[in-house]
Amino acid sequence: MLAYIVRRLLYALPILIGVNLLTFALFFVVNTPDDMARMQLGVKRVTPEAIAKWKAERGYDKPLFVNSAAAGLSTVTDTIFFEKSARLFVGDFGRAEDGRDIAREIGARMGPSLAIALPTFVLGLFVTVSFALMLAFFRASALDFWGVVLCVAMMSVSGLFYIIGGQYLVAKLWRLVPISGFGEGVDAWRFLVLPVVIGVIGGIGSSTRWYRTIFLEEVGKDYVRTARAKGLPETAVFFGHVLRNALIPILTGVVVVIPLLFMGSLLTESFFGIPGLGSYTIDAINAQDFAVVRAMVFIGSVLYIAGLILTDISYTLVDPRIRFQ
Amino acid sequence: MTGFQIVVLWSDVLVWLLVAAGVGVGLLIARNPPLRAAWRRVGASRAGMASATVLAAFVAVGLLDSLHYRVALDGAPGQKTRYAVEVLSVLDALATPLRTRNEKTYSAPFATRLYAKETVDVPGVGAVRDYPPLKHGGSHLAGRDDEAAADVAFRAFRGAVIGFLAWMAIAALVAAAVRAGDSAVDAAGWRKIWRRETVFAWDAVLATLLAMLLAGVPLLLLAADYHVFGTDKVGQDVFYQVLKSVRTGLIIGLVTTLVMLPVAVLLGIVAGYFRGWVDDVIQYVYTVLNSIPGVLLIAAAVLMMQVVIDTHPQWFATAAERADLRLLALCFILGVTSWTGLCRLLRGETLKLRELEYIQAAQAFGVSSWRIIVRHILPNLMHIVIIALVMDFSGLVLAEAVLSYVGIGVDPTMTSFGTMINNARMELGREPVVWWSLAAAFAAMFVLVLAANLFADAVRDAFDPRAA
Repeated sequence: MLAYIVRRLLYALPILIGVNLLTFALFFVVNTPDDMARMQLGVKRVTPEAIAKWKAERGYDKPLFVNSAAAGLSTVTDTIFFEKSARLFVGDFGRAEDGRDIAREIGARMGPSLAIALPTFVLGLFVTVSFALMLAFFRASALDFWGVVLCVAMMSVSGLFYIIGGQYLVAKLWRLVPISGFGEGVDAWRFLVLPVVIGVIGGIGSSTRWYRTIFLEEVGKDYVRTARAKGLPETAVFFGHVLRNALIPILTGVVVVIPLLFMGSLLTESFFGIPGLGSYTIDAINAQDFAVVRAMVFIGSVLYIAGLILTDISYTLVDPRIRFQ
Repeated sequence: MTGFQIVVLWSDVLVWLLVAAGVGVGLLIARNPPLRAAWRRVGASRAGMASATVLAAFVAVGLLDSLHYRVALDGAPGQKTRYAVEVLSVLDALATPLRTRNEKTYSAPFATRLYAKETVDVPGVGAVRDYPPLKHGGSHLAGRDDEAAADVAFRAFRGAVIGFLAWMAIAALVAAAVRAGDSAVDAAGWRKIWRRETVFAWDAVLATLLAMLLAGVPLLLLAADYHVFGTDKVGQDVFYQVLKSVRTGLIIGLVTTLVMLPVAVLLGIVAGYFRGWVDDVIQYVYTVLNSIPGVLLIAAAVLMMQVVIDTHPQWFATAAERADLRLLALCFILGVTSWTGLCRLLRGETLKLRELEYIQAAQAFGVSSWRIIVRHILPNLMHIVIIALVMDFSGLVLAEAVLSYVGIGVDPTMTSFGTMINNARMELGREPVVWWSLAAAFAAMFVLVLAANLFADAVRDAFDPRAA
């Protein structure tokens, strides 16, 4: 088991290096630091001195890969690539445009992001699996048909609509909860209820349909027929056999997103003014803070790869037929 | 008669290329019995054909909006003609009243007066704070506001009657065609359609068409004299903006797929067929791309594209050209980030196919690898490609709105559902609330995406061998 995990982690390394090189190419080769300086400074204030100063402040005035002016090891380390890209691996993300340490900022913002994302994930999973189970249990009936129609309609509605509509109706018109903001401690629930509920509703359409397909696929299998032939009642067949087996693909399918919960949700957080990583990313995009976007891309891929490894492990845990190779 | 100069934007080229490709694929399908049978199953699906009718209307609007030109400016006879800076489309020309008759600021749907009070000079009374009448909306009433409701109802009724008559004409034509295609003499065409005895789901098409004509014709007639969906902050007609947004949505949904398709198909098949180091390299590339969360990769790429566009203003002659290239770049970026899923599917399927006897027989005969791929493997993967194409469309249309909200979508000057929502969402805080812009954008997007989803389901059911 341990050897397997170690090997998977070693496989992940070249992929992370690839992500790193790709973002480096995107941020420093496609556009030179001079272009970025011009963009940031605006048209009016562009002078060669201003550009040089802007680059020097951020350490963008070094050569890309090889610093031939430096001696010894620092020919490689005193470069943009080493300073800005390679050091992401040890968690050194540098500083944002406002001078704050990005790593510390990320640490502080993970909490609020999780406070929204985790309840949304757990509650959403419970609601959609139950709904899909109901549709599959009453398959080929009017209930199933209209349930699927509802799902297709719900997945055709823009996610923005759920947020804007929900915020307007619940927070502005009915004044049940504050429109936006975030509080510390126990008081925070008032701010969390609406985004979580909207997040759950927004995910119902596509997830339910997907889980229903999984359930229906399972219902058609031979062991289900055997169970019925034994004389088991339909409910026992469904909850004892079908549900348990269908949970394997469902659980392994959702494990991959668990690490990404740390990243929060871009839209929800910015609409509800939650100081999490999602709104941090949006603010960085709007302020064209390249260092923050670069850091978020790297963290996002680390978490995604962690999710893939967790998925493989969870496969072997829930399905004894799969063994570590 | 003023002259005009045809302007071909890059996105127009791709749109018409897509139309040409669609016709080409259609001809190919007509010669390929299994594919023809699959499309016939799509044609028999009621939901599929009803949604296809709706989609056809959207595509028609989008195509009309993809023929661009610049009007010649009036000059002295001897001079060289010069052309206006503004790039117009055929749709703009058809909707000239909608485009040019702007109000001062917000006005509600079917309103005859402005949304905000202003100081108006009334002769004999002096300055009065009142809602000023609109310049264009309901101006034919000449101030008799109380007649507006009756006028709207009358015009809507007239439009519905015209729509119904038009539908009757179309239905009669279809019935005649159905009858002509049938050898049995006694079968009246309309009766067969009514009893759902036709192979093609004509009843669904005609029912949808009736609904569309009954709603659409009154809307178009009313749009000539009212602002049917109201006006926005700068007084532009919202109905016109909805029409313009259709093209942006269609381009995002279709051109993106066009961009990613060749790459995904080629790399997927090559990886699955040749295996070995080729497979390793391709797998590595798509795993790397796949591991970056989509929105973040798009954000990074779009940010960098903005830098390129902003630092090279000399590349673009008109604002329309810049917005257009930015739209294409967005399609390209979306394509680069979304081809991995299809590529992996195709690789897996190719791995299975290459072990089958008929491929091994071809190899034993010494048929070259490329010929095997083109003649024997590619046709057997077509159903996956077609399913992926239609399934991606609705997701991309929805993604455009989100990306435009985040600030990494289309150019802010380009009308799209995303920019409409983005501009209108702050107005919900006003009192009384300005809801029409948001509602129109969401409703149009919902209809488009719902139709696309239903059509995609019909196509998937018809093509997926597992579903049968």
